[in-house]
Amino acid sequence: MNLNTKILQNMPSVKLPKKSTATDMTPFVDVAFLILSFFMLATKFKPPEPLEITTPYSVSSDKLKEEDAVRIEFDSSGRIYFNVTVKNETQDNGLKLELIKQVNSNRNLGLTNAEMISFQNYPTVGSPFSQLKSLLSMSRDQRDKVKQSGVPVDSVNNELATWIGAAKVAFQGHKVFYMIKGDNNASYPTFKGVIDALKKNDEYKYKLITDPKAVPPGTDLYNKPNTIKGD
Amino acid sequence: MADIDVAGGDSGHKKGPGVKKAKKLSTRVDMTPMVDLGFLLITFFIFTTTMSTPAMMKLYMPKDEKDPKDLTEIKESGALTIMLGKGNGIYFYEGQIKADGSNFQSSTYKDIRDEIIKKKKEVIAAHYHTPACEPLQKTAQEKGDPDWKNACKDKDFVVVIKPNKESTYKNAVDILDEMTINRVQRFALIDITDDENMLIKATEQRNGVK
Repeated sequence: MNLNTKILQNMPSVKLPKKSTATDMTPFVDVAFLILSFFMLATKFKPPEPLEITTPYSVSSDKLKEEDAVRIEFDSSGRIYFNVTVKNETQDNGLKLELIKQVNSNRNLGLTNAEMISFQNYPTVGSPFSQLKSLLSMSRDQRDKVKQSGVPVDSVNNELATWIGAAKVAFQGHKVFYMIKGDNNASYPTFKGVIDALKKNDEYKYKLITDPKAVPPGTDLYNKPNTIKGD
Repeated sequence: MADIDVAGGDSGHKKGPGVKKAKKLSTRVDMTPMVDLGFLLITFFIFTTTMSTPAMMKLYMPKDEKDPKDLTEIKESGALTIMLGKGNGIYFYEGQIKADGSNFQSSTYKDIRDEIIKKKKEVIAAHYHTPACEPLQKTAQEKGDPDWKNACKDKDFVVVIKPNKESTYKNAVDILDEMTINRVQRFALIDITDDENMLIKATEQRNGVK
């Protein structure tokens, strides 16, 4: 070190013009806010999800829409959640209350009004009927935090079929979509249990929620895609 | 860009005596914190939002027919049975399974497409026109399919999908998607039989699938 500084001191001083290292950040700011505004406009907030689900890919191109729908979700460990969405939130909000009233009377659950309204506000359930009362008495945040065991679908006690049946009654006169959202690693019997519960209610048309992927080139669908949308 | 010219239009204007010249302050603002803030917000938005909307895949199941009379019969020559097993295993046979299981083959999710295409071509090649074809052609024509004359050719081609208990939801969706990709008009998702399950188990053991 010492040696170095000595050499430097002894050197004839060549004065370099001092250049400022401060760069103009303005274009940088422009870019940053441009990207920011793009993200704000082009994206939607993730809806809160009680279950961690990674959906499989499919070549389907039908976009997921807001519909009157019964959504059945299951995660990799096979826990099944029942969920309903209504298209016209202000007009049809009562349908959800109707649904829980149906379930309440079908299974003699003895839910209070407040508990039923709790369902109306947040119609996602992943518990058997025996635990439904205590689940619905919690606040929304608490319900998200508590680990629910899933709606049973076994053949002796198919509670999911009861839920779907109640939804069918409540949504009478509406076109209801049956959406199934499953995790990649969920076992096939879970999926089969869901389908069987739907079949018990004479529902045979489902929509599986998947992530879109491109059609592989050279296949029949790639060569002749025009009929994919036909029912 | 960020500098604002405060000097005004007539900067050469002479001020009277005794008027002190105001010290010129730089109007340059340090933009770095603003950049920081900008990118912080960007990262926030990237993490909290979804870009691609999910798609919906149609799945139509048949009614469970109790009466054997109502069951759909399929031609043995046009049937391809695909079975899904543990650890992404996939197995298939054409027609009916032989008693010794000699036509039972294993495949992979990559190669199964070729098998489906091969079988479909075979069925189409073996097709001959029957009166039963005409209604199918007619509906295709009404739908506006330019290729309506061939609409009936793959009518005998049926893929039977049998996932066993150890296969995953992804396996089932993948193979259903394969039906869409290869435009298989007729396919069925049904339960696996014990015999087939035993064949799968034996193959898994031989291959050491865990």
